Amino acid sequence: MKGFDYRRAGDPAGAVAAVAAAPGARYLAGGTNLVDLMKLGVEAPDLLVDVGRALDDRIEEGPDGSVRIGAAVRNSDLAAHPAVRRRRPALSQALLAGASGQLRNTATVGGNLLQRTRCPYFQDITKPCNRRDPGSGCPAVEGAHRDLAILGASDQCVATHPSDMAVALAALDAEAVVLGTAGQRTVPVAELHRLPGDHPERETVLEHGDLITDVLLPALPPGARSGYRKARDRASYAFALASVAAVLEVREGSVHRVALAFGAVAARPWRARTAEEALRGAPATAESFARAADAELAAARPLRDNGYKVPLTRNLTVRLLTDLAEGASR
Amino acid sequence: MDDESRRCPSSEVRLQVNGTPYRLRLDNRTTLLDTLREHLDLTGAKKGCDHGQCGACTVLVDGRRSNSCLLLAVALDGAAVTTVEGLADGERLHPLQEAFLEHDAFQCGYCTPGQLCSAAGVLAEAADGMPSAVTPVGESPRLDGGEIRERMSGNLCRCGAYPNIVRAVQDTAQAGAAR
Repeated sequence: MKGFDYRRAGDPAGAVAAVAAAPGARYLAGGTNLVDLMKLGVEAPDLLVDVGRALDDRIEEGPDGSVRIGAAVRNSDLAAHPAVRRRRPALSQALLAGASGQLRNTATVGGNLLQRTRCPYFQDITKPCNRRDPGSGCPAVEGAHRDLAILGASDQCVATHPSDMAVALAALDAEAVVLGTAGQRTVPVAELHRLPGDHPERETVLEHGDLITDVLLPALPPGARSGYRKARDRASYAFALASVAAVLEVREGSVHRVALAFGAVAARPWRARTAEEALRGAPATAESFARAADAELAAARPLRDNGYKVPLTRNLTVRLLTDLAEGASR
Repeated sequence: MDDESRRCPSSEVRLQVNGTPYRLRLDNRTTLLDTLREHLDLTGAKKGCDHGQCGACTVLVDGRRSNSCLLLAVALDGAAVTTVEGLADGERLHPLQEAFLEHDAFQCGYCTPGQLCSAAGVLAEAADGMPSAVTPVGESPRLDGGEIRERMSGNLCRCGAYPNIVRAVQDTAQAGAAR
């Protein structure tokens, strides 16, 4: 690992100024991904600006039912908070389906959103990778891509975003509050990460120096239920092969409101707007759910070894929406 | 600054480890795990994968379990750390340590310090009502076999002593609840 300077930020604005002024600087919060990438040589910052204590670590529920989550809130604390656990089980389930108890105690909400792909070529600096080293090539297209993207990929990059939490946040219409040198703005979580196209090295819409300070959850209608379903190679402590987060409100047997997001199938949490469109007003039945999932997955372009993700994602979707619809009718 | 110190900047770090305060000057790259093992001669926490995947390095930081291989010591200034060496009360073993002996919850022992610290974290988290992926929504966690397997999934044991580890943790949890 390369040596680096370390600075503890006193407040978010000071942190932004410090990182924006230094091209080789990175923010450090929980560090569970960044420190690992530094050991692997994927990241070699010359300055770490520690925002672990400068960022808010509280969760506040507004009178309207909306929630503000400080970016330094630990994953385990967010999963346990009543506004999440009871009102938004999709988010609690997604958080608890990710990583291990130790990692969830350490990793922050902001860092979880900005964690990097676990594509084996990205993490191995002896291999080419357009995301890490633009123009060097993408061995995953022909190589080990069984875990990689089926939606929104390009011939330059087929990486997936590994977060479970972000998938639930995308379905819950969460927004990230971003502080930059030009001030504060909000970015929908579903639009935070870029699809690779010809520039897979541009992973998010954030500029160097931009800092996620909070995540906002809008109020949920009282009749809406949410859930998260994940498939993986072992029962616990593994990244998703595919996952689905959904918010569903059924009225008189029909879909009144639905939000659907897929995980581990694209370079960002995949908000399934085509499926949502197909479902609005449709009967809340397994047949409708399957048709909607198929409509969304018609855009899938699986590679040689990851075609299984198409039926897996569809079946997860049907099962989750069916469970939510049955729960809603009880 | 000369070239050498510019390449390897260091910082002063205060840590309380198993109740003893330390003030150390550490290369900024030093993880908590290397601080414990290489600077404080506390070799209980083990370096297994060094990437946060095996749990052998698990310690308690301000009472919460964490992978010490992924924590930079410089970022922990002022923290209180408990390692496996700090679990016992003098010569009296921690109930988890007694239970691991009782249930033969290890073979080679390499993962055991991490298992013990992780299990101590599990007991505290469950007592605080922290849910796991298998806790039904709206219910308080009860540390049955399923809960323990899920909560301990960040600690790998290549000898495969899992069934006895689960029994040891479950016994300790039940004894604690009965007290």
